[in-house]
Amino acid sequence: MGNVKRSPWLLHYDGSSCNGCDIEVLACLTPVYDAERFGIINTGDPMQADIFLITGGINKANQAVVKQLYDQMPRPKVVVAVGVCACTGGVFKECYNIIGGADTTIPVDIYVPGCAARPQAIIDGIVKAIDLWQAKADKMENVQKELNKLDKLEEKEKK
Amino acid sequence: MLHGLKAFIKYYLNIYNKEGEKIMWMIPFLICFPFVVSVLMYTIRKNNVRNTIAYISAGIIMAVTALFVVQWIFAGSPVLELYYHTHTIDLIMLGAVWLLMFVVTYLSFKYRKRLVSLLSIIPTLMITYFELMGPEMAEIAHIRVDRLSVLMCIIIGLIGSLIVIYSVGYMHGYHHLHTEFEDRRYYFFMLLFIFLGSMFGFVLSESLLWIDLFWEMTSICSFLLIGYTRTEEAINNSFRALWMNLLGGAGLVVAIIYAGYQTGSLSLQSLVSLGVAGEKAAIIPVALIAVAALTKAAQMPFSTWLMGAMVAPTPSSALLHSATMVKAGIYVLFRLAPAMSGTQTGLLISFIGGFTFLAASIMAIAQTDGKKVLAFSTISNLGLMVACAGVGTPETIWAGIFLMMFHAISKSLLFQNVGATENSLHSRDIEDMHGLIYRLPRLGAFMFIGIAGMFLAPFGMLISKWSALKASVDTSNIMLVIFIVYGSATTMFYWTKWMSKIISYTDTEIKVRDITKKDELLSLFIHAGLMIALCLLFPVLSVVYVEPLLTEMFGVATAVLPKEVLFLLIAIVCFIFIAPIMAFRYATTAKVRQKLSYMNGINVGNNKEFIDSMGENKHLFMTNWYFAHTFGQRKLMQPCEWITIAFMIVMLCMIIGGAL
Amino acid sequence: MTYRIFGILAFLIFAPLLGGLLSGLDRKISARMQGRIGPSILQPFYDVRKLLSKQFIIVNPAQIFLVISFLATVIVTGGMFFGGSDILLCFFLLSTGATFLIFAACITNSPYSNLGASRELLQMMCYEPAVLLACIGFYLATGSFNVSDIIQADLPAIIKTPGFFVAFVFILTIKLRKSPFDLSTSHHPHQELVKGITTDMGAKTLALYEIAEWYEHVFLMGFVGLFFVCKNPWSYVVAVVAILATYFLEILIDNTSARVKWLTMFKLAWGVTLLIAGVNLIILMVLA
Repeated sequence: MGNVKRSPWLLHYDGSSCNGCDIEVLACLTPVYDAERFGIINTGDPMQADIFLITGGINKANQAVVKQLYDQMPRPKVVVAVGVCACTGGVFKECYNIIGGADTTIPVDIYVPGCAARPQAIIDGIVKAIDLWQAKADKMENVQKELNKLDKLEEKEKK
Repeated sequence: MLHGLKAFIKYYLNIYNKEGEKIMWMIPFLICFPFVVSVLMYTIRKNNVRNTIAYISAGIIMAVTALFVVQWIFAGSPVLELYYHTHTIDLIMLGAVWLLMFVVTYLSFKYRKRLVSLLSIIPTLMITYFELMGPEMAEIAHIRVDRLSVLMCIIIGLIGSLIVIYSVGYMHGYHHLHTEFEDRRYYFFMLLFIFLGSMFGFVLSESLLWIDLFWEMTSICSFLLIGYTRTEEAINNSFRALWMNLLGGAGLVVAIIYAGYQTGSLSLQSLVSLGVAGEKAAIIPVALIAVAALTKAAQMPFSTWLMGAMVAPTPSSALLHSATMVKAGIYVLFRLAPAMSGTQTGLLISFIGGFTFLAASIMAIAQTDGKKVLAFSTISNLGLMVACAGVGTPETIWAGIFLMMFHAISKSLLFQNVGATENSLHSRDIEDMHGLIYRLPRLGAFMFIGIAGMFLAPFGMLISKWSALKASVDTSNIMLVIFIVYGSATTMFYWTKWMSKIISYTDTEIKVRDITKKDELLSLFIHAGLMIALCLLFPVLSVVYVEPLLTEMFGVATAVLPKEVLFLLIAIVCFIFIAPIMAFRYATTAKVRQKLSYMNGINVGNNKEFIDSMGENKHLFMTNWYFAHTFGQRKLMQPCEWITIAFMIVMLCMIIGGAL
Repeated sequence: MTYRIFGILAFLIFAPLLGGLLSGLDRKISARMQGRIGPSILQPFYDVRKLLSKQFIIVNPAQIFLVISFLATVIVTGGMFFGGSDILLCFFLLSTGATFLIFAACITNSPYSNLGASRELLQMMCYEPAVLLACIGFYLATGSFNVSDIIQADLPAIIKTPGFFVAFVFILTIKLRKSPFDLSTSHHPHQELVKGITTDMGAKTLALYEIAEWYEHVFLMGFVGLFFVCKNPWSYVVAVVAILATYFLEILIDNTSARVKWLTMFKLAWGVTLLIAGVNLIILMVLA
């Protein structure tokens, strides 16, 4: 399918964040930054999302939720941890209920630091994520092509 | 080859001669045989024996009906007018009317509803006086066979017998489930057969006196069947049904006597032709008979009896209150339609019908009880048919007849299905039918077909609506246009809501034991088959049967469906059956990954439970919308009744005043 | 006949292009109204291309089949319309298509999806009368339900049917899923229920849904245009202008109003239909 990077759709999940990063994420969608001009849409639905934007650390209550949301996203998908809590656990790291950063639960591709992360940094992170996502899409396509070839070969052999 | 076959059948069965006397033994047979069987039903108290006889008799009725129809078609579908000299039979019938009066009087005194008996005593005395002391009437045929009555015979013979077969199994399960009621199945089956016989008599009769007798018989059968369980609610409801139907019967009697004195003939057909000719003498009888038919068809001021009738066991709901008895009212209105077309009576009937169509379909939205939804939708659909009859042009009658066929089959299917579902599920609440198609796959599928038949394209209901809408625009019936337009929106709402409940996906692992008996399934299966066949064949049926019927009725040939629409319809039918099948085949071969449903990620590894805020697993349950506060029966029923009563009184005053 | 086949083919091929462009235009204009630059006008095509390239996920196997049936029904409806056949039947078929969509949403177990399905059904009940009345308006104005006859009329239908037109444009807001009537699913992420009926659709299924929406929008816009078309070739230009103006009006309404509750929507839709289209109906029938 080639170029997919013109329409990255986000899934934004708030872990145990202080809501600082979440406000900044939403700020990116305001007219000032206008993320939609890159085709970015903040879809609330994992089944249609490409980029998983996670803020805040992982705690015992939301670990299963994060796992499930990640699982519900169709391939290719990219995870962006926004803010220091999502990256490492941040100031809450030592709390009794905090497990750590997002990478303790799901594979994280891009880390956007900051407390709270600035909109510019978030957009920068997303732009990086988009490139990675495109690479993954290309790889997936190639693999799919190979698989299709194998399928055809198998069918021929059967005949 | 075909010709030879025809000749053979003609010779072998000696069907048809011009004098019309020796032929068609099936007509008296169809009317009398059920009465004989009903006596047997009452006397035989052994369930097995009685059931076998019920099966056989239902089979015989079906076979004789088929034979009758085949013979009649091979004879060239003639209009037959038979039985001119019936003095003795008339006296027997009069005796039967008195018998009915005694039954009603006895029961109304027993249950302290004494006033109701007056509605039976007074008309009976009037009709007796008229028959014995009244003026000499012109000699008329008493039985008339034409396409409309044959169609009704098919509906009664086929669906009625199927319902009898179904109810053998159903009543077994019913008394198993409801041990609190006395097992009076002998009585139940007796009434079913009496009812079948009187329905045959009703649709084949041409003499108004005979019509009146059979009319009263169906009313009283319905009354007794509603009161079958003898609970207080059942008795109250049965008396409501009784007085409303008797009121209609009283109207019919007045119409008969008036017609007798004014026109000197008691033939329905001659009354209609007088009405078509615009004779003043026919206006009042036509109006009164039409209003009487409204009570039978449960139209708005009189529709509460049908709601109350839902306390009866399901087969009687299916048979009486949806598939056949209420159609008797529609049948009479169709007969009268040419005489009503363009008159004030027509306006009255079409207004009441259209209004009922809209109002009942709005009230159906608020119902959760499956049977009540069916009842409201029955009233609503009957309203549309009544409106079609009231407009009385060939197009609307065409639409009305198709509505009647589709409605008879799909409602009968649905009622039986809800009954069977109730026996297995111990509930007939729509909310409990969640995911029925996974839990009781057979019943769920039949229910789905039945509902689809009621409103989805390409099933005939829609095209009938198309035709009705076009005809009401053509006749500039503004109110009716608005009623149909709004009513079809609400109709779609409550049906789709129900369908979505059947296919929704929860609790599928809670298996319910399907205790539906084989005979019930047989009946359901045939109904579903008929439904689909009717959908596929209905363009053919329109050309071969219904259009000649209109010619017979109106005297002019009419092609209701333009060719283009016909072809388009066939294309749509093919498309709707093929496209989903193709899509389904694709769906089964596509490489897909199944995921969990989206519930904010808090579902517990399956789609049935989620983690609540206390960290515990909670069962997910979703209900439909019912809007009881907005569309409820309590809120809307009374205003609607007052509107229709007021309209009816005003219109009747105008009609009678104009005619006198 | 060739003309009809041409119409059907043109619809099949160009409708998705036009529909996508309309949708892109919508997003662009909306962005400008909000003081943003907004996405490229081809954005809907990028989106659908991406959605199609993603992994095929489903929640219930029957979803695919129902959504494809929805798509097919919408395409056939539009084909019938541009092939010049009966408008009333077109809308009957379209509502059957809509039921497929509702079923696709309620066979999954997501509360959002189910709520969206219920609301979609409610919306159908709200717009159905106005749609049917609009068809009747055409019949009264031109004496036929057939598109091929309507476009041969001497005068455009709008002259006799302004009330029906207003009512139709009013409920068009519901059909195009625009605020304030975007109850079942929304294009904006700031409503109380955003994805609604499309919640449980995986990326690929959503692509099919989007394509169906394009077809449907072109069909609806064609219906709007039908009000203005007559024998005179120039009327087609007027029709295009009218379509664009209507579409702009819908976008304006979308960006300037907040979502209403169902009862308000119900009362407004039925009331406006009864009042405006009803009065027009009475006038036409009494004069005729």
